[in-house]
Order: sequence, then structure tokens, then C-alpha cells
Amino acid sequence: MTDELLRTIPHLDEIAHRGPFAGTPAKHTENFRERSARENKLLPSLEDAIRATGLTDGMTISFHHHFRNGDHVVNRVVDTLAKMGFKNLTLAASSLAAVHAPLIEHIKNGVITHIETSGLRGELAEQISRGLMDFPIVFRSHGGRAAAIRSGELHIDVAFLGAPSCDPYGNANGYSREEGGTIACGSMGYARTDAKYADKVVILTNRLVQYPNAPWAIPEYDVDYIVVEEDIGDPKGIMSGATRYTKNPKELLIAQTAAQVIDAAGYLYDGFSMQMGSGGASLATARFIRQMMLDKSIRCRFALGGITGQITAMHEEGLIDRVLDVQSFDLDAARSLKHNRFHHQIGATYYASFLSPAAVDQLDFVVLSALEIDTDFNVNVLTGSDGVIRGAVGGHPDTAAGASLSVVVAPLTRGRIPSVIDRVNTIVTPGSTVDVVVTDQGVAVNPRRPEVAEKLRRAGIHVCTIAQLKDKAEALVGRPDPIRYQDRVVGVVMYRNNTVIDVIRQIDED
Amino acid sequence: MELKKTAAAGTMESGDILITIEPRTEGGVTLELSSSVLQQYGRQIEAVIRETLAGLEIPHAAVRAVDKGALDCTVRARVSAAACRAAERENETWEAK
Repeated sequence: MTDELLRTIPHLDEIAHRGPFAGTPAKHTENFRERSARENKLLPSLEDAIRATGLTDGMTISFHHHFRNGDHVVNRVVDTLAKMGFKNLTLAASSLAAVHAPLIEHIKNGVITHIETSGLRGELAEQISRGLMDFPIVFRSHGGRAAAIRSGELHIDVAFLGAPSCDPYGNANGYSREEGGTIACGSMGYARTDAKYADKVVILTNRLVQYPNAPWAIPEYDVDYIVVEEDIGDPKGIMSGATRYTKNPKELLIAQTAAQVIDAAGYLYDGFSMQMGSGGASLATARFIRQMMLDKSIRCRFALGGITGQITAMHEEGLIDRVLDVQSFDLDAARSLKHNRFHHQIGATYYASFLSPAAVDQLDFVVLSALEIDTDFNVNVLTGSDGVIRGAVGGHPDTAAGASLSVVVAPLTRGRIPSVIDRVNTIVTPGSTVDVVVTDQGVAVNPRRPEVAEKLRRAGIHVCTIAQLKDKAEALVGRPDPIRYQDRVVGVVMYRNNTVIDVIRQIDED
Repeated sequence: MELKKTAAAGTMESGDILITIEPRTEGGVTLELSSSVLQQYGRQIEAVIRETLAGLEIPHAAVRAVDKGALDCTVRARVSAAACRAAERENETWEAK
């Protein structure tokens, strides 16, 4: 093909093309094993990888939180960035845990000047609540983060993603089907978003396996560089052996009532879908749901979300057809993801983004925990009763909005602290998406759902108003004085569609 | 009620309050309060302690209170018990109010 011949093609300017064919590059002749060793994305050190990404001051770096409190990647990378002299970076993690307290030093020395996350805990959260950072923390739900990354509202320059297995080309996963062990975090759902949309992606792995590392969470075409590190996380902090089944009678009562509410409301039928949040009572609800399913001889079409061993046990029993796993909460869940073909790993966009129909939109019901619920049904899962940040938005607002019936469970009081109050300290999930509140001392239905209240009454469940629950709590523990805040905003809470739903202020202490 | 010695009642368990009362002859009631719910309930806990002591006719005392989220009824009971021990009163007839 010559240029002359090319020009004879009608409508040429409307046919996307890159000129005439001009031959092919020389073909490889060495065998695949030799090629894997010679041509790959491996770099000798983290410093080399950082330099290769072209990271500069002021850019945004990202991390996933699938290693939870066992994560060694964030601290390792930020320590290295500090030593290399980087300043003024934005750290956009899918979430942060108590293990990330060393970030305090890097905030003080100007390496990190802004943080975006789903949650904060421990000393870092304490200090931020007391005014450590000038730039407020931006909190997003898991679905909100996925949407903001996809839309470009949260642009990631370089993602540093820990992976328990990876091959020389970057196919990375949260476990490995190869012989020999590695640490396991199960699903790497949240990391998939970062890998897909970040300009540059660095995988830190403790286990380099042969190409192709199938199945993978992250495909090689989303990965630029790979660094092998001996220690990316502590298995003890990544996962507990199995999520414990609560023996707390208050939580069991709440769980049993929640299961009865779901059944009475008509959402426990053959082929239903569900998600169970973390927390004692919501996890225990699965146990009661299971018994009802056996009694009624019905099956669940799919269970979604953060997956626990309780859900995978029901899957293996044949009670749940499909498991959609964005995050595996315990070793049983991780094991199931590895061995069960219908236990499927999904990314954050697929899970909960509002930009397109997501898995949360197919939920019949979700059972969610809460720190505080107010008389407008707003829920707080982010700040403690003393106003200090100590939690995570997680998928709370995403699933509450998506599920046909969102059930929020909480003990009416925790010690002297009431859970049902006039106004939550921080609105994370708006009351317009919360349908039923189940406590150990009564059930309240959002007035938006009179038909649900009627069904519960007909099933013999005592339904009261949310104001009555609040009064009951106050009669027991007294009316708390409001928490004192300063004017300064230390945190901004974004709703899942990236609108500002609330702010967190610096606490005021004596 | 006349206080004769330093005495305590209560525990450091969650939901309880540890009250220590020391006799004083003047200076009114001084209170040293620490609480896991100080911001929300410090004011109320102090009021209950002072009311209980006033009800027992104890005008002067040094009180230390370590609160772990006790309800008002618990605060009242622990203060009364500590006061009776400090007054060396035995065989007290407790009344339910």
C-alpha cells in the first residue's frame, strides 16, 4: 500500500486510520520463559518505580484498603516518598485504619497535605479531629469514590497497589492458585478502580508467580510497574480467621427481630437478594435468615458486598446461588473466593457507583449497623459520640439507597450513650434512604413506608415511632449535652453522587 | 451524716462509677470527676453527686469519681454507699425511691 493508492479511497478522512501499512516490528524468537525473565514490568526497587512513574510534588497517589489493619503498603510507600523529598501530595485511599498512624509525621512534615478516604481510625483520626490538617479530609462512600474516579472528579496520578500475587506483566490478585503460600486478602474489588483509572499503576507484591496469574483481579494492561517486596502486610491484621458469631443477647435479639422484619415486609421469597453489613447484630441476622430459608425451602439468588464466612457457608450449603464479592472480610470468605466458581470478585464501580446501574440497585434488602440514628432517620457511622472521627462511610449510603428495604440495626443505648437521638452528629446516610430501624427495645418504620409498617403490624411486630425510641433512650440514660465543636471544618462528607451532605468540625476540648 | 474516714464504693467496670469520699470539715464539697462521657454527661453526673450528698446532709467532703458511663441511679447508689462506709454506718436501711 502506497500513499498514492491510499488517497484513492473515497471518504478517507472519515475512516480512522494511521496511514498505509508499513511492515511489522521484528518478531520474538526466544521462548516464553526467557522472554518473561528479560522483558517485563519488574523494577529492582520501590524508589526506581516511583521515579519511573514521573510522580511530582502536588500529585495524587492512591491505595486500597484490602489489607485493613495489617496494611504495610501505605506506610512503606509514604516513608519512601518522604525520604525522596516529595511534598504536598494528596493521598486518596479507599480507606485508612489505625495502622496508618505514622502518616501523622508525614502530614506534619508536609509530604501529605490532603487525604481522601472512606474511613479513619485510631491516632490519625484523633489528631485530625483535633485540627492536624489545614485541608479538610474528604470522605466518600465506596460507590461514591468509584464514581468520582471514573468521572475524573478524583484524578489519581499514581496508584500503589499491594497484591498477594502478581506475574511479571502485572496480572495481580488478592490470593493465588499457584502452589505455595502467600498472604491472602480475597477480593481486591476497590483496587480495580484505581488500577483502571490511575495514570500510572505500581503493584507491590510479595509473591511473583509465572505468567499468567489467572484468575486476576487486575489485568496486566492496567499495570505499569511491579516491585517485589518481602513484606506488604501482616496476615493477622488483614483478616481474622472467621468473623465471630455474637453471643451478646442484645445483638441476638436485634438480629432475630431484623430477620422477622425482613420476612414480614415480604422480601424473603424464593430468589431474593441481600447484603449484610459488618457489625455483630447485622452479621447475626444472617443466621436467622438462614433458618427461615430452610423452613420456607427458598434460596437466595445473590449475596452482595463485604462477604463473610457466614455468607460463604450458606453458599456452600446451596442456599445462596451467587456471591458478588467486592471485599472479603475473613479467611473463610477468601477461601471461598478461591475455590467456588460462583463466588465472584467484583469491582467498586460494579458494586455501587451511581453513574450506571450497579449491584446495590438489585438488592432486596440490606442490614446495616449505625452509631447514631436521628428522628429523621439520618444515620451516622463516621464520628463517635464524642465527635471524634472513628469509623468509615463504607458502602452504607450506597446500599441504603439501592436496596428496596434498608434495615438499620443498633442497640438503643451503648453504655450511657443513646443511639437514637434528635440529630446525628454527622449525616452519612440520609434518612430518605433508610426504611426500618431495629433496636433491642423497639422497631420504627420510616413514615415514607406506611405499607411496611402495616405489614409488620399484621405480622405481630410491635412498631413504634422513631420519636418514641428516642424518648425511651432518654428516659434510660438522660439527655446528653451537645458535643462542643469549633468552627473549623476538618472533614467534608460527600454523598455518593459527590454532593456535600455534611461537614465534620474540629472538636472543642477544655 | 458525719464522715469519719475515707471510703469508696463502685468499680471501674463499664456502666459503673467508682466513688471515693474523704471527710472534710470545711470548704464544701470538692469534686474531681473523670468520665468516659464527660462532654455529654459530666454536668449531670456532678449534679447527681452533689444532690445525693446534700440529701445525706454531708456539707463538706472531697469526692473523686471515675465514671464509666453509669446511669443516674447507679451514681446515686454508689455515692450513698461510699458515704455510709465513710460514716462507718452499718445496718443501714436502704429505701427505694
